[in-house]
Amino acid sequence: MPSTFSYQFDTPSHKGITEFSTGLFINGEFVDGSENSTIDVINPATGKLITKISQGTPKDVDRAVAAAQHAFETSWGLKCPGAERAKLMNKLADLMEEHEDELAAVEALDNGKTFYWAKNADLKGAIDCIRYYAGWADKIQGKTIETNDGKLVYTRHEPLGVVGQIIPWNFPLLMLSWKIGPALATGNAIVLKPSEFTPLSALLTAKLAKEAGFPPGVFNVVNGYGATVGAAIAEHMDIEKVAFTGSTLVGRKIMEAAAKTNLKKVTLELGGKSPNIIFDDADLEAAVNWAAFGIFWNQGQTCCAGSRIFVHAKIYDEFLHLFTEKAKQVKVGDPFHPDSKQGPQVSNAQFDRIMSYIDSGKDEGATVHHGGVRVGDEGYFISPTIFTDTRPDMKIVKEEIFGPVGVVIKFDDDEDVIRQANDTVYGLACSVFSQNINRALETAHKLKAGTAWVNCANMLHASVPFGGFKQSGIGRELGEYALENYTAVKAVHVNFGHQWSVA
Amino acid sequence: MSKFTQVNVPATGKNVSGFERSRLLNKLADLIERDAQELAELEALNNGKPVKIARDFDIGDSVGCLRYYAGWADKIVGQSIDIDNKTKLAFTKHEPIGVCGQIIPWNYPIMMWAWKVAPALACGCTIVMKPSEFTPLTALKLSELVVEAGFPPGVVNTVPALGSVGGAALAAHPGVDKIAFTGSTVTGRKIMEAAAKSNLKKVSLELGGKSPQLIFESADIDQAANWAALGILYNTGQDCTAGSRVYVQDSIYDKFLQTLIEKAKALNIGNGFDEKSGGGPVVSKVQYDKIWSYIDAGKQEGAKCVLGGEKRPGKGYFVDPTIFTEIKPGMKIVKDEIFGPVLSVGRFKTEEEAINLANDTTYGLGAGLHSNDAGQCMRVSQALEAGTVWVNQYNLLYNNVPFGGKKQSGIGRELGSYALDEYTSVKAIQWNYGEKLDWPL
Repeated sequence: MPSTFSYQFDTPSHKGITEFSTGLFINGEFVDGSENSTIDVINPATGKLITKISQGTPKDVDRAVAAAQHAFETSWGLKCPGAERAKLMNKLADLMEEHEDELAAVEALDNGKTFYWAKNADLKGAIDCIRYYAGWADKIQGKTIETNDGKLVYTRHEPLGVVGQIIPWNFPLLMLSWKIGPALATGNAIVLKPSEFTPLSALLTAKLAKEAGFPPGVFNVVNGYGATVGAAIAEHMDIEKVAFTGSTLVGRKIMEAAAKTNLKKVTLELGGKSPNIIFDDADLEAAVNWAAFGIFWNQGQTCCAGSRIFVHAKIYDEFLHLFTEKAKQVKVGDPFHPDSKQGPQVSNAQFDRIMSYIDSGKDEGATVHHGGVRVGDEGYFISPTIFTDTRPDMKIVKEEIFGPVGVVIKFDDDEDVIRQANDTVYGLACSVFSQNINRALETAHKLKAGTAWVNCANMLHASVPFGGFKQSGIGRELGEYALENYTAVKAVHVNFGHQWSVA
Repeated sequence: MSKFTQVNVPATGKNVSGFERSRLLNKLADLIERDAQELAELEALNNGKPVKIARDFDIGDSVGCLRYYAGWADKIVGQSIDIDNKTKLAFTKHEPIGVCGQIIPWNYPIMMWAWKVAPALACGCTIVMKPSEFTPLTALKLSELVVEAGFPPGVVNTVPALGSVGGAALAAHPGVDKIAFTGSTVTGRKIMEAAAKSNLKKVSLELGGKSPQLIFESADIDQAANWAALGILYNTGQDCTAGSRVYVQDSIYDKFLQTLIEKAKALNIGNGFDEKSGGGPVVSKVQYDKIWSYIDAGKQEGAKCVLGGEKRPGKGYFVDPTIFTEIKPGMKIVKDEIFGPVLSVGRFKTEEEAINLANDTTYGLGAGLHSNDAGQCMRVSQALEAGTVWVNQYNLLYNNVPFGGKKQSGIGRELGSYALDEYTSVKAIQWNYGEKLDWPL
């Protein structure tokens, strides 16, 4: 029997108890992993153990897939009308809302993000997303298509079957909702692998999903490592589709595995090195605020972070001064303290990685304009960091750091800054700041990114598609567009008049 | 009239996001579900239909309708359209039409309310609702729930009034941007005229029908008879899609007619609060008298009454299932909408004859066909002139499938995604960010 995680929160931001099983959630029950092994879950604010969770194995993935398949063929899929699926999803959203503070606290504890942001961004976003897709569940429509007299042709948008979903640690619950929303709405059954760094909110959500009344096997959670459980999902012959959010490096492996096994459909949400272009006619104060939000929010652990900040020469000095002031105002500390604006990075490994990028920046000759240091001596806290005097070939300019490290680059040529902005293998997002709408739109249209923010940054909505150009990904999440990822089109040709003869 | 001029309602679409409208609609659905029994009893009291049918069908479907449109509220999208990437951007917005006058009938008071209110609110419109003067009670009760759900004041307004007063005022009102009406074709024309004469408000109409059902020889006779009985007897025939003409292929005529008569006899029409009742009285004395005048006309014009046709003694507007045979196309009972449990049964030899008989009407709301020949099903369903064609079934509607009339049965569609078109108005925004204009040209 897997153990129960029971934790009493007693913090300035939240007081209360949370309790849920640490097992794998397969076929509607919490069970031990097949090897009875566990994974340690660490509190990044302290570096100390929070609890242990069951570790899944490829065998557990098999079990989960079998349960999902059975559910798909009997109680889910097209056997369950869309309106019913909608009802269950709305019920889950209701329960998440009832447990909003508890979920936010668990998320802050596990990931390190502040309770404030967990509640106001992650939870709100996740609940909205589930509700948004609940609304689609009974609206999965095909077309009837004119061909000729004597024939009826129509398309059906059918669910795929069992889908594998692998989510990252930066927005655990939000990423979970982005994945399960469209998958459930369209009638698919899910095997989901949370990140081994941040498994807790997924387990609590599984408990709520069971309470909501989803048939067993519809939603399965298999915690484990990428190299074992993640690979097993990507290679599984009975999984019709894999959706992955994470690094570009791992994304390639997923796609390779899919190609080598059953050619399962693949969607990928990968990394970014998104440009934020601030023109001289920008509303400077607003641009500074958005730029800070763009790179420092979520401890910089955002795939669409505006990590390369291009500032027009005419306003460069003033921008840098104001931006640095903003960085100084970011209070880094205990996620549960109401004054904290930034928590720790998610893990020791991430901490080391970011610090090594900061070192490489120094080594390659960039200037640490602000920060660049650890904060405190417990946990994985890093100061908001600003680099200047960079060159395009530097690692800190080319590679995704995934930390609160922004690179500020001076420019004076509109055409050239667009060229520089596009000079990356990534293409996830971009921001443009200008009060001249002509300039803003023209630039936004020329930037090669899946999301272009004009006079804002990092604003997402469940109804608007999100995804990458180039090596930032394949496919789109959110909005109506996500439904395509989880349906297969069948064209049905009904002959009611044509005779065939072999003449 | 003055009550309308006082109402100065803001367009919710601009002030309340789609997400919030979605939440409010879902909340309203939850409240109606909570109060289903009470609403069902009120509906039974006012309209006459059995409580269990009001609760499980009318209200059940209405709750589904609100939830369905709650799901659309944050999905009202337009298009972005390529013109010339270097200099221009065009996009459309599907804006709420504005203030909608909605006039609903007495046959399904709660359900007609939901069909109108749900898509209008989902799209961000505001509403002035005139329920039928015969059945205003549930609309008033629902107004209480609208407040409890948290809709801003002024979004849903309810003004019970006589059609000739309140309905006419809405149709002619310069402050009303759109009128949606369900009722008789006669009144529908007046609404459209008033709209034309006043401010060219947008009009959608769900009017009458004289819907045919065709029973082909390959049909499952027992099943077809069930569907035919449902078609004319559900809601005591007070249904715009009532299958009030049934045409049977010669070869199975006698057998089918016998079966149908047995089915019709099996229905228990009684007091709506009696658990045994499968159908209730007709809604009012006016309707009662109207139906009986048609029954008399049927007899006078020479049709043969093989079931019913005799008034029940005692109180209440009860009309028993009535079936006429040996009908001819020109008869009143064959041409006019009776809106009661009175069926005209005819016969045909060929498929072509059946289609012609079925389409020989100015109406075009519903049609049914029963056949086990797939090719026939396809040909006939394509040929029937009706907004809804039911194949091997009848009368069943779903919130996500559009519904409306061809010909003089109506204009526009309710239900499904199609209803959204009735409550949105397309604005194209053409944005220049690069073209300079030379002047003079």
